[in-house]
Amino acid sequence: MAKTLKKHMQAIYILWLRQLKRYFRSKSRIIGSLGQPLLFLVALGFGFGPIYQKAGGGSYIEFLAPGIIAMSVIFTAIFSGIEIIWDRKFGFLKETLVAPVSRLSIMLGRTLGGATVATLQGCIVFVLSMIVGFRPVGWGLSLAALAFIFVTALLFTALGTAIASLLEDMQGFQLIMNFLVMPLFFLSGALFPLQGLPGPIRIVTYFDPLSYSVDGLQGALIGHSQFSLGFDLMVLTVITVLLLSLGAYLFSRIEA
Amino acid sequence: MNIIEVKNLVKKFGDFTAVDGISFNVAKEKIFAFLGPNGAGKTTSIRILTTMLKRNGGEVLVDGQDPAKDAAGVRRSCGIVFQDPSLDDELTAWENMEIHGALFGVPKKLRRERIEQLLKYVELWDRKGDFVKNFSGGMKRRLEIARGILHHPKVLFLDEPTLGLDPQTRNHIWGYIKNLNETEGITVFFTTHYMDEAERMASRITIIDHGKIIISGSVQELKDKAGAASLEDAFLALTGKIIREEGADSADRMRQASKMWRRH
Repeated sequence: MAKTLKKHMQAIYILWLRQLKRYFRSKSRIIGSLGQPLLFLVALGFGFGPIYQKAGGGSYIEFLAPGIIAMSVIFTAIFSGIEIIWDRKFGFLKETLVAPVSRLSIMLGRTLGGATVATLQGCIVFVLSMIVGFRPVGWGLSLAALAFIFVTALLFTALGTAIASLLEDMQGFQLIMNFLVMPLFFLSGALFPLQGLPGPIRIVTYFDPLSYSVDGLQGALIGHSQFSLGFDLMVLTVITVLLLSLGAYLFSRIEA
Repeated sequence: MNIIEVKNLVKKFGDFTAVDGISFNVAKEKIFAFLGPNGAGKTTSIRILTTMLKRNGGEVLVDGQDPAKDAAGVRRSCGIVFQDPSLDDELTAWENMEIHGALFGVPKKLRRERIEQLLKYVELWDRKGDFVKNFSGGMKRRLEIARGILHHPKVLFLDEPTLGLDPQTRNHIWGYIKNLNETEGITVFFTTHYMDEAERMASRITIIDHGKIIISGSVQELKDKAGAASLEDAFLALTGKIIREEGADSADRMRQASKMWRRH
């Protein structure tokens, strides 16, 4: 029993390590994926700043930074999950699927690896936002922000894994970006406060998991949130467990 | 002693019967060639034997284990070199070996020893730190063979291992395989479209076409039955001269797309 567990841990570890190695080696990917959040911070932050201030909202950069951190996490996480499609097409997935370890271990190793990468990306954007002028309310709560970044990363990597297990090739990718990832992002309260939205749209935002990430990050970093941090974390954890189970199920049905 | 026993194996994809009640055995520590035109059912059979696909009927035993019941056991007994590339291009040769060893539960110390020994064997040890994307087709194939035997399998499956390689590289690769078979006693199960390879290497050949076994026997027996001078002539006499069309699936399209991108 202990021996089997050790084998599974070893498989999870080596696939986690693989994701990290691939991330650190593709410098262009790291830099490329930091360009977008930086652009959002600078263009939107300084562009809408005066209007936001006039409307009585306070500093827009301060409001925006947690949302942009969440954005970089969700994009990186979904991409990491979807990488399965590439591995399937270029053959490496097959190599892992014929190993004498459970599909669950393979899926967990990959997903944890992807989530770690997305967490790192979120932390880098946090630092970037501080260069642009953002200051968190307190360092103690920044640790809570790290927890939110990680659980968000895990949630959306699991979602990416689940989607990738259903797709044959990258042709469906544009569809996912435009009809899933972008709506999740825009309706999450990352760019504007959700309180003032008209009723029906307001209701939709309650079903967007990223809303709870953004709310939690805003609570931890700028000190005001709609829900309590505990509630946000609980909602995210429950959805993460559900998506991990779904991802594991769908991944187990892939034929090598 | 047979290490692989197949009885009335059936595999259907919807209405299409890819493998239609085939039976054959592979003797332990021998080199066995599984031949047939494109779309005959070779790769499908290999996928069933190596636990990648579930069968619809019949019995299969690989090293005494049923792939449908004891997948992990069969996987430990088999080394596989797939028809399509299956290496991670973004990793080094050594890292590809390391991942395989870890996934197959080879303990760290033993794993490192074997990786060194095998990479030296396929003459890639001085390239161990290079990314696989910089390797030639032949080097990738050698690495895949080294990787396939890292966990000391009883049977090595090779699905068209020499496809697209020049005669020198082919000769080299068959040298390794033959040597592994003779010194380590690994049973070799391979497919190929190069009849000369089958003629030189295999002690026994089975020809499959349209999902059915046409004939099994030694090279000489096959030639005698077809009344042909070479295995190539015997193969053509037994399977006919009509060209088989294989539909390009999404994987093929994707590979073509990737080749296009790499060129630019």
